[in-house]
Amino acid sequence: MSDTAVKTKYALEIEDLQLAYLVRGIPREVLRGVNLHVRPGEAYGLVGESGCGKSTTAYAALRYLPSNGRITGGRILVGGDDVTKMSDKELRLFRAHQASMVYQDPGGALNPTVKIGRQVVEAFTVLGHDRRDSEQEALDALRRVRIADPTRVMQRFPHQLSGGMQQRVVIAMALACNPQLLVLDEPTTGLDATVEAEVLDLVRALRHETDAAILLIAHNLGVIRSMCDRVGVMYAGKLVEEGDAVEVFEQPKHPYTIGLLECLPRHGVRKTQRALYTIPGTLPQIGTPLPTCVFVDRCALADETCRTVVPPVVDVNENSPANRHISRCHHIDRLNQMPEPPEAEVEAVLEGKIVIQMNDLSKTFRQHGNDVPALVGIQLGLGDGETVGLVGESGSGKTTLAKAMLGIYEPDAGSEIKLDEHLLAGKAANRPPEDMRAMQMVFQNPDSALNRTWTVRRILKRTVKKLTGITGEAADTRLETLADALRLSPRHLDMRPRQLSGGLKQRVAIARAFAGDPRVVVCDEPTSALDVSVQAAILNLLSDLQSSESTSYLFISHDLGVVRYLADRIVVMYLGRLQEEGTTDQIFNGPHHPYTEALLSAVPSVDGEPSERIRLSGEIPSPANPPSGCVFHTRCHRFMEGLCDVEEPPVVEIEMGHRIRCHLATTGELAAEPVVAV
Amino acid sequence: MQVPPPDADGAAAAVEVDAAVAAGDDVIGEAGPITGLAYDMRGERRQAARERRRLLLRRPGFIIGVLIILTWIVCGVGGDKITPSDPLVPNDTSSLSPRAGHLMGTDQLGRDVLSRVMAGARDVLIVAPLAATLSVIAGAFLGLLMGYYRGWVDEILSRLVEVLLSIPVILMALLITATLGSSKIVVIGTVAVLFTPIVTRTVRAAVLSEAQLDYVTSARLRGEKGLFVMTREILPNITPTILVEYTVRIGYAVFTVATLSFLGAGIQPPSPDWGLAVSDTYALIPAGQWWPTLFPALAIASVVVATNLVADSIEAALAA
Repeated sequence: MSDTAVKTKYALEIEDLQLAYLVRGIPREVLRGVNLHVRPGEAYGLVGESGCGKSTTAYAALRYLPSNGRITGGRILVGGDDVTKMSDKELRLFRAHQASMVYQDPGGALNPTVKIGRQVVEAFTVLGHDRRDSEQEALDALRRVRIADPTRVMQRFPHQLSGGMQQRVVIAMALACNPQLLVLDEPTTGLDATVEAEVLDLVRALRHETDAAILLIAHNLGVIRSMCDRVGVMYAGKLVEEGDAVEVFEQPKHPYTIGLLECLPRHGVRKTQRALYTIPGTLPQIGTPLPTCVFVDRCALADETCRTVVPPVVDVNENSPANRHISRCHHIDRLNQMPEPPEAEVEAVLEGKIVIQMNDLSKTFRQHGNDVPALVGIQLGLGDGETVGLVGESGSGKTTLAKAMLGIYEPDAGSEIKLDEHLLAGKAANRPPEDMRAMQMVFQNPDSALNRTWTVRRILKRTVKKLTGITGEAADTRLETLADALRLSPRHLDMRPRQLSGGLKQRVAIARAFAGDPRVVVCDEPTSALDVSVQAAILNLLSDLQSSESTSYLFISHDLGVVRYLADRIVVMYLGRLQEEGTTDQIFNGPHHPYTEALLSAVPSVDGEPSERIRLSGEIPSPANPPSGCVFHTRCHRFMEGLCDVEEPPVVEIEMGHRIRCHLATTGELAAEPVVAV
Repeated sequence: MQVPPPDADGAAAAVEVDAAVAAGDDVIGEAGPITGLAYDMRGERRQAARERRRLLLRRPGFIIGVLIILTWIVCGVGGDKITPSDPLVPNDTSSLSPRAGHLMGTDQLGRDVLSRVMAGARDVLIVAPLAATLSVIAGAFLGLLMGYYRGWVDEILSRLVEVLLSIPVILMALLITATLGSSKIVVIGTVAVLFTPIVTRTVRAAVLSEAQLDYVTSARLRGEKGLFVMTREILPNITPTILVEYTVRIGYAVFTVATLSFLGAGIQPPSPDWGLAVSDTYALIPAGQWWPTLFPALAIASVVVATNLVADSIEAALAA
């Protein structure tokens, strides 16, 4: 084995890996022969829908498998050593010295009761280092991940650090053993775009300092593109395409990759131009026999050959062996015949009649005897059939605004919410049924939004009854119309939420929101828990529903691409205050509020990097103690001392409908270039 | 989502699996083949129920617990019809050590200990489950109110619960029975009152986390009343928690009833109740007569252990 260790030029080699989970005693195939090779210092990205086997592959590389996971064939070599053949002791040593893993949730990866210092020191002492050396090494490790004041950070407990800082600490610990293989499993998924950008910058910088092979899993294709040298596209436990990251994303050669990329709202496409592409069907269950092409059931190009003959592995760059780009497809020459998504039938809505008008909306929470102003003087109107996108980091008050509007939180005295010119009661419970049915909400997480002990039918029927007062057979008819509009088939109606896939659950949640013909629906990140293909279907559905029902949306999202696709107008919030407001084009084309500029430039895009990157330092301040003057001045890259920290900036309407709260707006010195191409 | 059970492979591996589960990624797909052409939904649900039963029946703890409890139920129902001799009437020489004919010996009055242990199951098997049932009903009601309404309702009831919990159980029980006399009804009521705060706390915690979920918000957004949200929306979702708590409470109720009888504040002579028997005979242990005390004591222990085994198994099966 030491022989191969010398000869191999790869840090990680996975060869024909087959893996099955035992479910009720029956082995079900999860990985159907995965081949991938990562060189030292190379970053390799794995993409694919949930359930395609990408995490399983990554966990298998460290042989972290659930007790019912069985490697049924193939081998995994890390630095030439076969991980599948190691004894328990060898495996433990291997995991301690040669491989590390960084998980999605840094809060969960750190022990909440132990100070950061001890945890980082421990990462070195387990390697057998001397206690005193370890302390010095821990300090260096934290410095290495760009933590400015490591001595102080070491004295803290994990909960006293922000998500971004926590993830840095976790990365520092992962790098402690100077691993040959570093597996990053959705390392930035729970983080804000601004924090994500910070963490990604760090990983990028660290790559040049170590020669670890990096295996990165992310559902965000933009993250993969900006981080990885090569990328593998996985479907049903098989790599269907693999090659240079830029090349794969620019010139995809497999129908599945093309589908994934087309699902994303890109190149500034809007709902008024065309519907989003969707991949029909869903991923096959694990264990389903797929003798020929794994993607055949969902492929638009599939023909008889695909069903009967195993597709060949085609190297698109045959002539340059150094730059392999493979695809498992019979029809690489027919890829241009992939169907185009339909033209949109959605009309742009402009100057609609105002449905909801919020005037001077404020919400102050009481916390431990202190006043925490979460919303301050919000002035916002929603037109008939209009979509207003609401963006900002977490903690900026987006959800609070939505919930105050809905009456889930009672706004402060003096706030005014008008529906069709009549004043609404502050609390939802005090609103009459017709006001209640006018405003509904679609939540971020459908698992939490649907009662898991109720059937879909009961959920919808109850809502129809409460909101419209229709009962009996009429309610059943209404229920069927509703289910039909949401493309839920009758058999779904008698299921309980856990029997439905994520996309179907979200459809039920949307159906519920539309049960009473609402005027306004709040969508709170409705697609952030979903795969891109499902996201596209949901976005199409939302935009169809809107044009047929002429409903207004208040659409909260941190995905600027999605907001750009769907929104007619965009509102940018920071610390409970509106910072910028304008039509989608105005917001994306500039001039920008400095905060908007930073938000836009933080987004990793599948279409390459923005020309200029603005990094927000630090994190959003506590609303209990907002900064003086302009609340954004503590993080602003265009901060002007003596003005911004003293005087609150006025709201300036720089063009029709485009309002900015910034001192620069008064002088016309705002950045005017479009920042990003989402 | 059906997740491969991450047990057995050591804590580290379990953590990894959890991380994968938390990532919502890849572990294993949906519970049912939604894509499938023919999809037998009822079959699916039946299968889930069967699966849970199978999980339960595979646990030796569950089988043992149920067998012990069934044995005592048979004894309690059968009463003096199935005991070898009359548990209340002295019918042989007193204080015989265990031997053929008197497998557990006889007590100081010459009554067969085995017969008394068997017949003693009856009172405790009526009193303990009833007390536990009452406490779970009251506790669930209070817990729902506190967890759902929070605010001052929670504040006041929480203080009340704390007051009740801070009084020593035995003192409280003796106070009540001394005031109201010691009939079975009073014993049931006493144990129920003692256990209600404990159940309340468990239910409240479950409701608090459940009420955070968006379906509750959604119910409010369609104008549901509090009572509906509590009983129809939240209650079904916390039923597993309540069920486990209920089983545990039955075990403790057996124990508490026995303690009360032992102190003379519970079931009264000449009942062959176990606690009472222990209390009547423990003074004889120094004289070498251990059998009239030991066997009833073991009987109490067996019921407590058995209900706990069952509770643990149910909990594990529901978590899987």
